Amino acid sequence: MSTTNHATDDASAPRGKAPAGERLADWADGRLGVYSLAKANMRKIFPDHWSFMLGEICLYSFMIIIMTGVYLTLFFHPSMNEVTYSGPYVPLQGIRMSEAFNSTMNISFEVRGGLLIRQIHHWSAVVFIAGMFVHMMRVFFTGAFRKPREVNWMFGFLLFVLGMFTGFTGYSLPDDLLSGTGVRFMEGAILSVPIVGTYLSFFLFGGQFPGHDFVARFYTIHILLLPGIMAGLLVAHLILVFYHKHTQFPGPGRTEKNVVGMPLMPVYMAKAGGFFFLVFGVIAAVAAVASINPIWEFGPYRPDQVSTGAQPDWYMGMAEGLIRAMPGWEINFWGHTLQLGVFIPLVLFGVVLAVMALWPFIESWVTGDKSEHHLADRPRNAPTRTAFGAAWVAWYMVLLLGGGNDIAATHFHLSINAVTWFVRISFFVIPVLTFVATKRICMGLQRRDKDKVLHGRETGVIKRLPHGEFVEVHAPLDQGQMYTLTQHVQHQPFELGEEVDENGVRRKAGPVTKLRSKLSQGMYGEGSQIPKPTAEEHAEITSGHGHH
Amino acid sequence: MKKLSVRRRHPLAALVVLLFALAATGGLYAAFAPAEKAQADSSQSLAIEEGKKLYSVGCATCHGTSGEGTKTGPSLVGVGSAAVDFQVGTGRMPAQQPGAQIPAKKVAYSQAQIDQLAAYIASLGPGPSVPTKAQYSPGGADIANGGQLFRTNCSQCHNASGKGGALSDGKFAPTLQGVTPKHIYEAMLTGPQNMPNFPDTTMPEKDKKDIIAYLGEVDSGKTPSEGGLELGGLGPVSEGLFGWIFGLGTLIAVAVWVAAHTTKARKS
Repeated sequence: MSTTNHATDDASAPRGKAPAGERLADWADGRLGVYSLAKANMRKIFPDHWSFMLGEICLYSFMIIIMTGVYLTLFFHPSMNEVTYSGPYVPLQGIRMSEAFNSTMNISFEVRGGLLIRQIHHWSAVVFIAGMFVHMMRVFFTGAFRKPREVNWMFGFLLFVLGMFTGFTGYSLPDDLLSGTGVRFMEGAILSVPIVGTYLSFFLFGGQFPGHDFVARFYTIHILLLPGIMAGLLVAHLILVFYHKHTQFPGPGRTEKNVVGMPLMPVYMAKAGGFFFLVFGVIAAVAAVASINPIWEFGPYRPDQVSTGAQPDWYMGMAEGLIRAMPGWEINFWGHTLQLGVFIPLVLFGVVLAVMALWPFIESWVTGDKSEHHLADRPRNAPTRTAFGAAWVAWYMVLLLGGGNDIAATHFHLSINAVTWFVRISFFVIPVLTFVATKRICMGLQRRDKDKVLHGRETGVIKRLPHGEFVEVHAPLDQGQMYTLTQHVQHQPFELGEEVDENGVRRKAGPVTKLRSKLSQGMYGEGSQIPKPTAEEHAEITSGHGHH
Repeated sequence: MKKLSVRRRHPLAALVVLLFALAATGGLYAAFAPAEKAQADSSQSLAIEEGKKLYSVGCATCHGTSGEGTKTGPSLVGVGSAAVDFQVGTGRMPAQQPGAQIPAKKVAYSQAQIDQLAAYIASLGPGPSVPTKAQYSPGGADIANGGQLFRTNCSQCHNASGKGGALSDGKFAPTLQGVTPKHIYEAMLTGPQNMPNFPDTTMPEKDKKDIIAYLGEVDSGKTPSEGGLELGGLGPVSEGLFGWIFGLGTLIAVAVWVAAHTTKARKS
């Protein structure tokens, strides 16, 4: 079609050839069909909110990691052959080390820009996973994981977990004393698996730890296997965001069937493009200012050496916390040892992550809600979910504290044993306290919303009535504000119903259904939400007495 | 002279010569040596005397009136002058209060007083004495070997770059930054408080020097930090905190800023 148009244009107009850009676009359209793709997607609308840019932070830091990582691969030697250091760093001259450590020293001290690129790579990894954590929490607290986005929630969760392991394998590559201690930790965790632990460890390390293989193997995992899977998941994640359209916060004119915001082209293209450079700039500035993982201070790894303050990067700090808080229990039977002190933390590591991953499915099962949701929840309107999320974050933070118990002890002049006992008790107590407190705060905020809708907003103007009473003047909210505060759907608790139906047949309510009913009562029953104000209530109050 | 030569074969002549010789050596000895010895003796005993006085005021409460130790302080018999020079010279002693570990603080005595105290404690029983400058000065030592020794023997408590770390029940390994070579040497020699000691039989003087040289190179405060801010040199905990607050925190602030600057849809 476009070609015929052109033919007529050329024939009738003596203006000469079309501009180069147009000709290029025509060329591409004739082969790739870009016009129809662009027409369908260029005007795609995205809603505007700062919290919707958290995912972008992750995307861009991932891109930065890939770019800097490619540069690092040019100089890194993933080998455990022993060499003698002869570079410019005096305190290590003449020390025997693996080629991996030697080449990382070379990157840090001799390759032009090497140390800066290394630090950008590492800092953006720290920011990437922290960004995913916050992004995941944003999605969780606004209920943006509900139908139809459960699959995308799982993709995002997998990206988070894979990010943790990609980070861990990368952190282990320089083969320095700190990361070597971390790899030893991992070996211990694998060994604690009953029956197959030893075999798994021998398989991974190609024999006894540390052997001569793990750097090369981790290298392949770190630069090829995990990032490959992550890139695939990332694309799928973004395609689904496109396909589902972005969620938006409720407000006047915003419904489940539309998206209010700005078009991808030109507004979001410009914004997102600009934001990429802002992210790169901030991370580069952090990397230029602050040191990260100074391996020359730690020295090369030797299994007979260890340093105190040996922690993993923050995203594995939770695993470290579990192992530090766990008492060293073990069971001996028939000459075998079951190392519970390590195996239980290993299991809990999975459990802590899994409860967060599975919440969307638990919630949809309890509510039985099969409808699509494109409007984000305000966290207060889902008190149980919000309380659960806050409790999980608190749980996670307790474990992070456990992972840094020695730093906490020395810097706050505490006993490390006291810190560890605090973590052990808090592991059980803090999530419960956080749950209760958060739920009550949400309920309080719901009451406040109800009050605002029915009685208006406090103006701070005090009036004295003729009979001496003082009252504060309340100004009614405008229609839009009232809509925002009352638009949400309140779930009704799932009732088991009568035991015998109208035909006299006994209903069978299995234990699963009973559990569902119990949970539903807990989540949406009287104690868990404040009925939102109705139009009648509002009419009654506003018509009745005029003064407040 | 004739008389002398006549009597030289007298039976008592040998005895007379012997008496003369004895008198001469005795007299010479009396003229030179004893005077010196007497002087030195009196200054040493004066130092011990003064040290004992200082001891009675500042230390006897916990360590007993003659260093025999009490429930609150260990016996000081045989700890040697090196231990005193370290504990008092770094301000750990006299202790503010008993506890899991006595921290370093402002030094309470002058070096002369510390030497007097050390002399008194050394007089209670033989122990390691204060090292000489030649023993602890790091000049010409092997820094790389010092690093290797440090990572093998010290870093499990003091951290790979000497930043310190936690021990059980409120005890801790202090940071080694700013500790003088003499005090590091004395600490290795005497094993103060919760630290094990490394006598010359397990760690020869040369190795101690190498370690001191390594610490001077990597942890002296003048050491350049190649990567930028050190963040306390504590490893991933402080890095994680910094990354969350200044990395992600800044990025979220930037995101809020970007989102706030947009062409808003007209409100209906």
